[in-house]
Amino acid sequence: MSDYPLRLTDLPLRQPAYVDLIDWTSLSATDAQRLREFGLCEGASVEALHHGGLLGRGPIACRVGRMTIAMRRAHAAAVTVRTGPETLGSEPAA
Amino acid sequence: MSALPLVALVGNPNAGKSALFNALTGARQKLGNYPGVTVERKAGRLSLADGRPVELVDLPGTYSLDPASPDEQVTRDVVMGKQVGEKRPDALVIVVDAANLDNHLRFALELIALGLPTIVALNMVDLATRDGLELDAAALSRELGVPVIATVAVRKRGLDHLRTELEALLNGAPAPYPATAQPHRDFDATRQEARRIARAGIVRETPSRRLTAAVDRVALHPIAGLALLLALLFVMFQAVYAWSEAPIAMIEGLAEATATLVRDSLPDGIVRSFLVDGVINGVGSVVVFLPQILILFFFILMLEATGYMVRAAFLMDGIMAKVGLSGRAFIPLLSSFACAIPGIMATRTIADPKDRLTTILIAPLMTCSARLPVYAVIIGAFIPARDIGYGIGLQGFVLFCLYLAGIVGAMLVALVLRLTVTRGASGSFLMEMPKYQWPRPQDILLGLWQRAVIFLKRAGTIIFTSTVILWVLLSFPRVPDGDPASQVDHSIAGRVASGLNVVLEPIGFNRDISLALIPAMAAREVAVSALATVYSIDAGDDEAALEQSLGDRLSSQWPLPTALAFLAWFIFAPQCISTIAVTRRETNGWKWPLFMVGYLFALAYVAAGLTYWTATAMGLA
Repeated sequence: MSDYPLRLTDLPLRQPAYVDLIDWTSLSATDAQRLREFGLCEGASVEALHHGGLLGRGPIACRVGRMTIAMRRAHAAAVTVRTGPETLGSEPAA
Repeated sequence: MSALPLVALVGNPNAGKSALFNALTGARQKLGNYPGVTVERKAGRLSLADGRPVELVDLPGTYSLDPASPDEQVTRDVVMGKQVGEKRPDALVIVVDAANLDNHLRFALELIALGLPTIVALNMVDLATRDGLELDAAALSRELGVPVIATVAVRKRGLDHLRTELEALLNGAPAPYPATAQPHRDFDATRQEARRIARAGIVRETPSRRLTAAVDRVALHPIAGLALLLALLFVMFQAVYAWSEAPIAMIEGLAEATATLVRDSLPDGIVRSFLVDGVINGVGSVVVFLPQILILFFFILMLEATGYMVRAAFLMDGIMAKVGLSGRAFIPLLSSFACAIPGIMATRTIADPKDRLTTILIAPLMTCSARLPVYAVIIGAFIPARDIGYGIGLQGFVLFCLYLAGIVGAMLVALVLRLTVTRGASGSFLMEMPKYQWPRPQDILLGLWQRAVIFLKRAGTIIFTSTVILWVLLSFPRVPDGDPASQVDHSIAGRVASGLNVVLEPIGFNRDISLALIPAMAAREVAVSALATVYSIDAGDDEAALEQSLGDRLSSQWPLPTALAFLAWFIFAPQCISTIAVTRRETNGWKWPLFMVGYLFALAYVAAGLTYWTATAMGLA
């Protein structure tokens, strides 16, 4: 397995990245909507900030855009990210 | 229905909406409920620039007009004019966080598209500046088609400007720019539009080290963060004792002086007994706990206002998930330490119905402040005020353990419920983590003031009424002159309690406890005033007994195992009519409140019994 696809759960802490793909189908409709409302979308800048839980199984706090949100690992696993220079896709394809 | 123009304050959570509401209305606020739902309605008076009053209502924060929980539903229904008991607002003030424009403007666009006269308050511009953002309110106004006013609610900046604009808007002034928002745009289109407008409004954006990130490195650390949380909770419970000594002594002195004054100025008889035994001793014994309750609320309000509460939820999510709950449930549960009623109401932010139901059912296990008087009296009477080292008092430590027992009990109950009656897929945990913020002292004081008023109203109504009824039941029929029987034994209440005692005696409860438990159904703290009334009537004219405090009387009359069993009973303490009522309202029926009362009674009985038997077997006396 190569590094790709890199999931948000595996993204090293404090390494800026961009959302590549979100597997909306793996999320419930309500959760998907709330994540959209939090500004999570393909192309959004994202940075993992903290992993909760003593054994690393707790939720993940991450920055999405200018907002910090917390989600469980199951949700973060639905988000594929890519690291790289900012010029690549800092805006979603219009 | 109020004839005043109605203006609704609406926006995302964490946009500083409540601070703006407080700054605009001051202490002229009215707390109520929307009919049929337990969502709190917060309204206040705002004076326009010309002095005209306007009714301002603070709607629950939400991310969109697609509600995910009952309180978000209210926000949508009010702005759409569909909420029963509320007219459609004449104008909207949309509060957006200046530092989070992309997101908040999306919701703002949704709201502007409703077509109501609208102003946007660009709030917390000072924090945005701290984050390295420079914004152009005029450019935003041009793009949005509505007035945009920069405000800093906590510093009262921009408020006069907001009032002036609101006045113009209510006078029918046309919007400064043609409306740009179009209704019925889909989510992604609105988001991209919001992003475009945000770009237009941002003059300069320099990345800066954020204070919040630095604090979070400690506060969210799996070990350090948890240690910090436990330390905070421990300090909170120690403070409840340590800080309250002086004010409690003052209130006690005042009650004593009043009782003495009444006793000296009235002839012996029914009226004097009613005033001294019923009113002053009964109500006074509860009012005395106001300082402790306010200290507890002070901590909870501070944890909420600083933004720490969400961090606590984050830390707790891993543990909560193990018992089938989400970290989000931690917030209503922590509020339940103050009172289960706001706690149960706060569960309406939990989207998953089964998560929510479980949280409601275990909320009464969190040690509410009404139990504090009971704990305080018993601990004061039976636990020596020793230092157990490291500056930790034994009394505070016992209190901490009682709280801990409630928490552990709640977790175990949640685990069992999630495996049985509320079985279902585990919910999720999605939360925004707001920036840390130092709250305005006035906002905290206002919150404390509102809690004090609610508590004193309870003392003046529910507690007063039940104390008076108990006094009547204890005072009649009168013991005939010359009969050596005690007045309490002879009274109606005494006879009822003797009957009840058949059930409660095996777990070590005496007649006085049985007697106190009945009126404690009205409010838990009444158990204390009931005991005070019982002993006050029992003492009769015995000067020496009258001089004794309630604690002294208890410690001289109850064996230690009984006192410990009584404490254990109150960890589960099922009796509180208001909690049962709010549970019925929140769960739409009698099934769940009855279930809750049933399981709590069973647990209370078993816990008190085990405590009593163990303590007796250990030879504690």
